[in-house]
Amino acid sequence: MAEFTLPKNSKVRKGKKFPAKAGARNVRTFRIYRWNPDDAENPRVDEYEVDLAACGPMVLDALIKIKNEIDPTLTFRRSCREGICGSCAMNIDGGNTLACTKAIEDCDAGDVSIYPLPHMPVVKDLVPDMTHFYAQHASIKPWIRTQSAPAPDSERLQSVEDRKKLDGLYECILCACCSTACPSYWWNPDKYLGPAILLQAYRWIADSRDEDTGARLDDLEDPFKLYRCHTIMNCTNTCPKGLNPAKAIGEIKKLIVERKGV
Amino acid sequence: MSAIGGNSLRTPLKNVRGLGSAQSGVRHWWLQRLTAVALVPLSLWFLWLLMGLAHADVAMARAAIAQPVHAVLLAALVVSVFWHGALGLQVVIEDYVHTRWQEVALQVAVRFGAFLVASACLFAIARIALG
Repeated sequence: MAEFTLPKNSKVRKGKKFPAKAGARNVRTFRIYRWNPDDAENPRVDEYEVDLAACGPMVLDALIKIKNEIDPTLTFRRSCREGICGSCAMNIDGGNTLACTKAIEDCDAGDVSIYPLPHMPVVKDLVPDMTHFYAQHASIKPWIRTQSAPAPDSERLQSVEDRKKLDGLYECILCACCSTACPSYWWNPDKYLGPAILLQAYRWIADSRDEDTGARLDDLEDPFKLYRCHTIMNCTNTCPKGLNPAKAIGEIKKLIVERKGV
Repeated sequence: MSAIGGNSLRTPLKNVRGLGSAQSGVRHWWLQRLTAVALVPLSLWFLWLLMGLAHADVAMARAAIAQPVHAVLLAALVVSVFWHGALGLQVVIEDYVHTRWQEVALQVAVRFGAFLVASACLFAIARIALG
């Protein structure tokens, strides 16, 4: 059966508390999931009081401040700090998003809770293991596939209208917020490709220069790879880039119906 | 490294590609929507029929169902309901039941159950309408 409760060694316990220094003016508490593979302990939630008067506006600023000034053992991925690399995807205030583009003041009143992306194997603290997700991306062969040789003296050209069809698709940064927000992906991650990978697959199906549309649809037409999508819409609700993976999946389904002749 | 797939000597791509695409699923998707669309007018008609029979006795109910239009629509409703229901339960089982023998047993039970109950309903309608 699908697992609805955490295994015994994954039950989250109460962790340590790091109070703010005396003289802090604007204190907010961050409750952060901690797990270390090197000890035999269960995961725990540590509480960090951060003085927002001496902190940048984004959740990532608070995380970096905690790591720099309060607890250097806190582990998380980050790189670009402007929502283009997707490294700092995590579950903040109950929703998957990027720590670098989520403002602290936009988190609901009270403590800010921060967990790793849901239902992924955890490497350490807020770092999920993305190996399987990336392999799923590789499996759709996310590059242009053509039979015709390109013109020797120019690029493969595309009309302005055809290029517009890639808007809302090419912006995906593969942060995995959508896939890890999807209950279908939680229950069948081994076989369901998930919204992020299906949006990427549609990005190539919708590309006027790609000549392998039929084979791409062949590869996707599968009860698990594609049709585990039940239009739950968590993907679209959570996407930090404002994209619509559910619509892309719907378009794939429509094309498969279309070529069937119904 | 990945917890999915287990055997660490296999590449992640081997686990992901698995047995490959079934190259089916569109028929299931289409039939689920087709039966859903059919159920909209059929359910409204059925509610209307039930309301008309609110204070009827058995003889009046039998007479109503025996009318050809009602008998045919009721048969269509039964086929749509059980077809749609079986397709939907199939998906629920695929989603949640991951022990192979339980999954197969439940899929067979759903198909057999839906077919049997639908057959019984159609037989009852036929007996009332023809008999």
